Amino acid sequence: MIQIQNLTIDLPNFSVSDVSLHIRKGEFFAIMGPTGSGKTLVMESVAGIAPPYSGNILINGIDVTTAPPEDRRVSLVYQDHSLFPHLTVLQNVMYGQRYQNIPKHEGESIARDLLDTLSLSHAVDRKPMRLSGGEKQRVSIARALACKPDVLLLDEPLSSLDPQFKADFRSVLKDIHSRTGITIIMVTHDFVDALTLAERAAVIHKGKLCQQGNVHDIFHHPVTPFVADFVGISNVLPATYRNGQCMLFDGRLIVPAGEQSSNEKALVAIRPEHVAVREKNSFAPEWFSVSGTLSQLDKHGFAWRGTVRCGDQTVVATLDPNAVFSNTLKPSMNVFIGFPKEAMHYMCG
Amino acid sequence: MTAPTIERLLETVKDPEVIASVWLSMSTAATAGILALILGTPLAYLLARSQFPGKRLVESLIDLPIMIPHPVIGISILTVTSPNTLFGSFLESCGIEIMGSKTGIVCVLFFVGLPFYISAVKAGIESIPVRLEKVSRSLGANKAQTFLRVTFPLAWRHMLVGIIMCMARALSEFGAVIIVAYHPMIAPVLMYERFTAYGLSWSQPVAVILILVSLLFFIGMRAIPLPDKDSI
Repeated sequence: MIQIQNLTIDLPNFSVSDVSLHIRKGEFFAIMGPTGSGKTLVMESVAGIAPPYSGNILINGIDVTTAPPEDRRVSLVYQDHSLFPHLTVLQNVMYGQRYQNIPKHEGESIARDLLDTLSLSHAVDRKPMRLSGGEKQRVSIARALACKPDVLLLDEPLSSLDPQFKADFRSVLKDIHSRTGITIIMVTHDFVDALTLAERAAVIHKGKLCQQGNVHDIFHHPVTPFVADFVGISNVLPATYRNGQCMLFDGRLIVPAGEQSSNEKALVAIRPEHVAVREKNSFAPEWFSVSGTLSQLDKHGFAWRGTVRCGDQTVVATLDPNAVFSNTLKPSMNVFIGFPKEAMHYMCG
Repeated sequence: MTAPTIERLLETVKDPEVIASVWLSMSTAATAGILALILGTPLAYLLARSQFPGKRLVESLIDLPIMIPHPVIGISILTVTSPNTLFGSFLESCGIEIMGSKTGIVCVLFFVGLPFYISAVKAGIESIPVRLEKVSRSLGANKAQTFLRVTFPLAWRHMLVGIIMCMARALSEFGAVIIVAYHPMIAPVLMYERFTAYGLSWSQPVAVILILVSLLFFIGMRAIPLPDKDSI
């Protein structure tokens, strides 16, 4: 459906280098990355707004690399909604229909249906400044869908919403995708949004593609330390393979390495929530454990996280709140960390 | 110093030469304003939205008429449009006369007023988020349609201010016009002539009439109902 081949975009202070993506027809695809990684630029290049320095963009097999935005049938929804302030909600939604040869009466009917579906019937005659943030976001989605595009591009659609509206809006997006079957590319820096909505995703960092594939693969099998950190795996530990075994924590912990044994140097990633911290080494026999010192306790949302120093390395673990509240775990105490084999993910060094 | 008497003022109001000069001042200033709208808007858009080599040079050239003595502008225009130059001979072949003509006056007023128009409109366009235009393009509108349906409705207030500023500057022009076109006489030239030929009391009524007409005109322009800025 959409193929981005070796895309390079050069700006005075930033560049996107050699990014290749393949997005299937009808797919919900997420482009993830931290702020300033170039993900919006990649999305704008699909819309024809950021002209590439080199590379190709194909939509439905047609090379649109040099085609102007209006010839691509790709609608764009920005994070800041970008509603036309001088037009009413209905006028905003109907804005693009005349360029897609949709007759006015039919267009109005489509627009009103969309507004009704998105619970905006009460606001058809309002100007954007009289709308709430959530309403503005829904109007911008309705405006994009009203011209029946082949592709919908969403730039951080959930980042400006209050936490309580986020879950509702995720449902709205899911519903729109399942009902219309439209191809959606969503740019986000929040991996929870991608995990909830997208089927496949790509991670971009400093203008370069780090990984693309099934969202769950990215979350469970990141291929670089950056991707691991981005998807919440904050423990990336150096490891040495020798004779079919993997040595961690300067050889203090030796685990069977299986198929990874051919590499001499590698990295092992473990999610904080998969690491247990206990006062005594009371883990199940099949778990791997090592001793360390609990150096820090931090509140992480509603949970507690502990930083355990094991020799030269530190491991972050999600703690049992009861252990914190009862002072069973407190800073500077000697503890044991443990994790099952399934929690370990191997990466190239 | 003597103030103009009512009799002299009434007499001056009926003077066909005065009426013609005030009308010439207003009409040439209005034409310069319209020319600034037509030719200055694309330039202001380009300067507001694009980065290109030599942009600062172009901006400096546009602002030059604000900085240099105005007779220099008149001399420059006469030099560039002289029949000895390629451009001047082209104008001559088209039957366009600059020296001593209304065209020359409009040309001068356009150049002295353009920086004010460009400045107002450029600021207006810069205040419109470029993403609105990007969204419009993605919805199927081409560049011209985007300008007409998004940029213009949001920037017309600035264009109006730009026209008012351009006309205000054009109405007050004297130094460059006197070099390019002493005749036909615009009101400031007529005032100058009456002052030098007959003295202060003969130039004062023309000045009062020009002030009153200009004041009425600009009050009228400012009174055009504008939508509340917060509503857009």
